[in-house]
Amino acid sequence: MAVTEGNGKGRLSASLPPWLKTTLLTIGSIAMTMLGLLFITFIIGRVMPIDPVLAIVGERASQSTYDAVFIELGLDKPLVVQFGYYIWDVLHLDFGTSLLNARPVSEDIARVFPATLELATLGIIIGIVIGVPLGVVAAARKGSWIDQVARVLALVGYSMPIFWLGLMGLLIFYGILGWVGGPGRVGIFYVDVVPSVTGLILVDAALDGNWDVFKNAFSHIILPASLLGYFSLAYISRMTRSFMLEQLSAEYITTARVKGMSEWDVIWKHAFKNIRVQLITVIALSYANLLEGSVLTEIIFSWPGIGSYITTALLSADMNAVLGGTVVVGLIFILLNIFSDLLYKVFDPRAN
Amino acid sequence: MYHFRTHLFAGIAASVLAVMPLHAETPDNILVVAQNIDDIVTIDPASAYEFSSGEYVANTYDTLVRYDALDTTVLAPALATEWEIDAETKTVTFTLREGVTFHSGNPLRGEDVVGSWKRVVSLDKAPAFILKQLGWTPENIEEMVTADGNTVTVRYEGDFAPSFVLNVLAARPASIVDMETVMANELEGDMGHAWMNRNSAGTGPFSLGTYRPADILSLNANPDYYQGGPAMDRVVIQHNPEGATQRLQLEAGDIDMAKNLDPGQIAGLEGVEGVRVETYPQAAVHWVSFNQKTESLTDPAVWEAARYLVDYDGMADGMLKGQMKVHQAFWPDGFPGALTDTPFSFDPEKAKQILTDAGVETPINVTMDVISAPTFVEMAQALQASFAQGGINLEIVPGTGAQVITKYRARTHEAMMLYWGPDFMDPHSNAKAFAFNADNSDDKYASTTTWRNAWMPPAEMNEKAMAALAEQDGDKRLEMYMELQQETQAEAPFVIMFQAIKQVAMRDTIQGFVNGATSDYVFYRLVEKE
Repeated sequence: MAVTEGNGKGRLSASLPPWLKTTLLTIGSIAMTMLGLLFITFIIGRVMPIDPVLAIVGERASQSTYDAVFIELGLDKPLVVQFGYYIWDVLHLDFGTSLLNARPVSEDIARVFPATLELATLGIIIGIVIGVPLGVVAAARKGSWIDQVARVLALVGYSMPIFWLGLMGLLIFYGILGWVGGPGRVGIFYVDVVPSVTGLILVDAALDGNWDVFKNAFSHIILPASLLGYFSLAYISRMTRSFMLEQLSAEYITTARVKGMSEWDVIWKHAFKNIRVQLITVIALSYANLLEGSVLTEIIFSWPGIGSYITTALLSADMNAVLGGTVVVGLIFILLNIFSDLLYKVFDPRAN
Repeated sequence: MYHFRTHLFAGIAASVLAVMPLHAETPDNILVVAQNIDDIVTIDPASAYEFSSGEYVANTYDTLVRYDALDTTVLAPALATEWEIDAETKTVTFTLREGVTFHSGNPLRGEDVVGSWKRVVSLDKAPAFILKQLGWTPENIEEMVTADGNTVTVRYEGDFAPSFVLNVLAARPASIVDMETVMANELEGDMGHAWMNRNSAGTGPFSLGTYRPADILSLNANPDYYQGGPAMDRVVIQHNPEGATQRLQLEAGDIDMAKNLDPGQIAGLEGVEGVRVETYPQAAVHWVSFNQKTESLTDPAVWEAARYLVDYDGMADGMLKGQMKVHQAFWPDGFPGALTDTPFSFDPEKAKQILTDAGVETPINVTMDVISAPTFVEMAQALQASFAQGGINLEIVPGTGAQVITKYRARTHEAMMLYWGPDFMDPHSNAKAFAFNADNSDDKYASTTTWRNAWMPPAEMNEKAMAALAEQDGDKRLEMYMELQQETQAEAPFVIMFQAIKQVAMRDTIQGFVNGATSDYVFYRLVEKE
């Protein structure tokens, strides 16, 4: 009987088209990853020495108020049951209500995630546009002044506390020079001027054709995005340099040079082409890190993003908010991984 | 290559210049405030229980009687023009002000008063206990509070001084809401709670404009306010948790007011043109307490010695300069009934002598929980250094506010450094916290400093606290509270050290900002720009 069942499963699997098999495997893998992630986060939240009821009712509420909220939150039920209820709600796209502001978590995430997405995307663009060429040139001119500059830039990027750089940036470019806008996503007089379509103010302003808002929002985002971009480029340029050095010392590069190929072609058409797959991983990881939200950057620049949202929630045992944020961050990593896999196949046919 | 670099540089410079904003002063009719507002949980007066939400409620709602912006130390008529108290029948009869309208345009009715208080008691959110002290329950509230035309009759249960009852009815949860509008927006029996977290329905000088948690809170002027519309058309409170950037914004002229600057940042503003710093005494007192479940902290000699191991003046003149002043009694200076004596000073030799005389073995090793925020950690470190000189070794245990309170509520701490602000402006609010404990059993939870430190005051102190609550003679009542403060100074396991001072930095064009002793007395309605 068991053999028959086994054969049956084997036949079902064999009869599926490869694309469907891959898709099902991917979905299964995503579901298991998300479930594991949620479970661990849920358990961490419950074992933290913070009483979530106090986060809601305050320290002076009466015992009856405390008890009512305790039951309302389902804390009187076993952990497994609480987790089961949560998963059931999540499957119905209900992340619950934030304990800290009494609003639906999904609404909060829809508000804070675009802020982080906008900042991180501009940051990673800056990181790529400057970091990749810098890494390539540093490798091609190994030991030259430009290599030294790239090294110092990367070192500073790694070692400087981001809050210090942020404050210095604000002091110089906002406080003294007045070149950029101050904290916040947009000047106080441009708040809610354009309708929120995507939640990305630059995009919404462009869609609305309101270039004053666009200009003001850009003046606010450019400094924090440059800061994040700088930290990304420090990593991206070092990794690019390392990948390029490995390629440039390969025999096929020597052969290309012997054949009289120009240095530009050697570097960009041969060596660089072969590091694209590795670079995709590096860039995807950097982007994912930025999308998690840079808490300190968000605090210094009063940027209402997902990093500070999750951190504040975690410190107050607002587990609905933490779990909702975790779902988003987990999805980001998974989606970026899938996207990276797809790009691998585009750039490297062997991956197929 | 040279041309490319030149063009690249020029391009970048042009881009930067293209977006270059010029710092400009804020408009004359809008007040822009930078403030950390991430403490707000809800903005419904039935549940609002945080500092920032208190400020919001104070500016959008009214109570029947209140400590008004014109004088935050005097209980004045507000939505009620007059009242009569009959202590015999435990009744207060209010006459409502004529012609008051809510933000919706609905007129104020006696039914709104009954409905507002019924809503608070029925929802039973965090601040509900303040009203429930009067013996009100969801079941009896409609009998205890009745409306007849323009008259509202309030009954209470318990032996209370008239001033106590009025102070309770002046507290935040006693705010009157537009019941017609609120109940029209009820959702699944929530008495409009969800709607009230996104909208205002009061009679106050401002109505809610925009509120996005930890982002922005704006208020629109109510031109029909019964005391006259505010000069500012809008007040915009921008969330900014970082004092350093608040200071930059203030100096740049992008904001009018910065509310979360630390002493260093305040000092840095000295001599800055166009900016001034205003100082406002606050009601919060800061103290160290000793949990009586910790054996080594049960000897009264330890409590007494500890009172001489705080470098009061050194701390107040140093790290806390401008933020706190020395105060050693539970009721804050500036309020009737406050004891302003400061009998303790830093004297480690005397502390050691007290411990030796009592036969207490030193060193005493004890953990002290403290909220991990800049000023608190520095204060704890200073205490660690000064206590060590008297043979008490403090091990500092920093934690988030939620962590510290969780531990405190469970009575699992040893020593604790915290602060306490009154729930409403009556000395009983603090006397109950520091000098009264009905039952010290583990299962008789109370949110008082006494219960949380497992300390049972002497029976006489307990009785005096209740007697003061019931005392009908105002002067005698205040005397009793002063005695209670002296007794706790001598007999309680608490070291009350400082009273908070609020410093607000603002553009010097700003006039009329009122910042009373608690967040319930922060008013924007008189603000003008010169």
